[in-house]
Amino acid sequence: MNQKKVYMDYAATTPVDQDVLQDMLPYFSEHFGNSSSIHSFGEDAQKGVSEARQQVSDFLGSSPTEIIFTSGATEGNNMVIKGIAVSKKIREEYGNKPHIIISEIEHSCVIESVKRIVKDGLAEVSFIPVDKNGIVSIETIKNLIRPETALISVMYANNEVGTIQPIAEIGALVTELNTVKKKKIFFHTDAAQAINYLDCNVGNLGVDMLTISAHKIYGPKGVGALYIKKGTPLARLIDGGGQELKLRAGTLNVTGIVGLGSAISKIKEHAVKNEDVKKLRNKLIDGILSSISRSSLNGDKEYRLPNNANISFEGAEGEAILIMLNQQGVSVSTGSACAAENLTPSHVLKAMGITDFGAHSSIRFSLGRQTTTEEVNYVVSIMPGIIEKLRKVSGSLR
Amino acid sequence: MYSKEVMDHFQDPKNMGFISDHTAVGEIGNPACGDMMTIYLKISDDEVIEDISFETLGCVAAIATSSMITELAKGKTLKEAEAIEFEDVKKALGTLPPIKVHCAHLSVEALRKAINKYKETK
Repeated sequence: MNQKKVYMDYAATTPVDQDVLQDMLPYFSEHFGNSSSIHSFGEDAQKGVSEARQQVSDFLGSSPTEIIFTSGATEGNNMVIKGIAVSKKIREEYGNKPHIIISEIEHSCVIESVKRIVKDGLAEVSFIPVDKNGIVSIETIKNLIRPETALISVMYANNEVGTIQPIAEIGALVTELNTVKKKKIFFHTDAAQAINYLDCNVGNLGVDMLTISAHKIYGPKGVGALYIKKGTPLARLIDGGGQELKLRAGTLNVTGIVGLGSAISKIKEHAVKNEDVKKLRNKLIDGILSSISRSSLNGDKEYRLPNNANISFEGAEGEAILIMLNQQGVSVSTGSACAAENLTPSHVLKAMGITDFGAHSSIRFSLGRQTTTEEVNYVVSIMPGIIEKLRKVSGSLR
Repeated sequence: MYSKEVMDHFQDPKNMGFISDHTAVGEIGNPACGDMMTIYLKISDDEVIEDISFETLGCVAAIATSSMITELAKGKTLKEAEAIEFEDVKKALGTLPPIKVHCAHLSVEALRKAINKYKETK
């Protein structure tokens, strides 16, 4: 294909920023030491790690000792869910089955981790439903809380529909409850998608733990960070050499960590362009909805990340739309079961009350730093033809 | 992920559409992945499929397998058409990713459903 290539799947992953890459390079072959080694090579590598740790903690408004580096958000989220469930301190105080509350639209790594600990008899779980816009209600959370509730985990911005949860309000609720509650409730948010666009100051949010992923913020894949507020009784999942304050063993991924620090330090300077991304995204939504009948936006238009558009097209299936877009150089994602490894439709769309047909025909467009007006115009221009062709095949034009 | 034959049938489906004076219809939905396939048959007096068409709401594999099965069944006797197995569809398409083999099964079921419908109303 020698036509133009348009990437509209930034929510899946982002390209590494060129400056971030430059910052990382010296740590591959020059300052390549093991950051735990106490000689000069180790010290050089350790310097890079310390700087990155400071960059992450500055961004979050935390102390550097509250930042643990991980292999990404999946690991970070696993650490939170399983670490609380098996924590000796938690189990002593909250009983053999501490209670965990999560939303119905968490990322699969949270949901699967919770399913696992429930199956193993280690915890009990309650799910917070979302409304048709994909947002949780504070009242519902209040009603789900029990004396043995040890953890509430709600993602800040959803990866599929981009809808934004009231994390600061939930944090305030938890803080207030903890003044009278005998057993403290710990509050975690998966901020992987939110870091680029939303206020992630941990004080403002009132969180005890927060998950970050580097490859969502123009950093490298395979690295992330977990903020753990001092005093949070999290058990270690990965045993070994005692790295990361004995919370996560393993030689540090120095190059990745340097990349994460560098990427996060550049967020604020790029944030000025968030309004532009929003305008482009709205142009895309308006262009598509106005030119294609029986198409609808999934999720709240306002309380959503500025780069996300998730749209269902009646009479056309998601994977087929995706492949046709791919043939014309455009890369997106779909919530269709046909494209999922386990052949189930998007649990997020389902939780929002969208029918299986709606999920089956949904496409997620997620824009990013490199998206141009030209690209948006191109996508808007080719979508009607694609949907019309697939509707002919499905007989839904008859 | 997909073979050339699959992509050809996806981009340029054969026998796509509706036969207004069809003799029988077979409609099938797959609850697992949500695909819907409909096959229309025009059957001659001597029980030959003289015309066949399909309408499919589904993924690339679903569209390709329904297109392929109409090619395989066109002009055949009912008996011959009934004997078409999913392996025949899969083979004719070169190959199908394992996770998409259920689409080939679906196309066979839709065709057989249409044939059975005809038999019921005979």
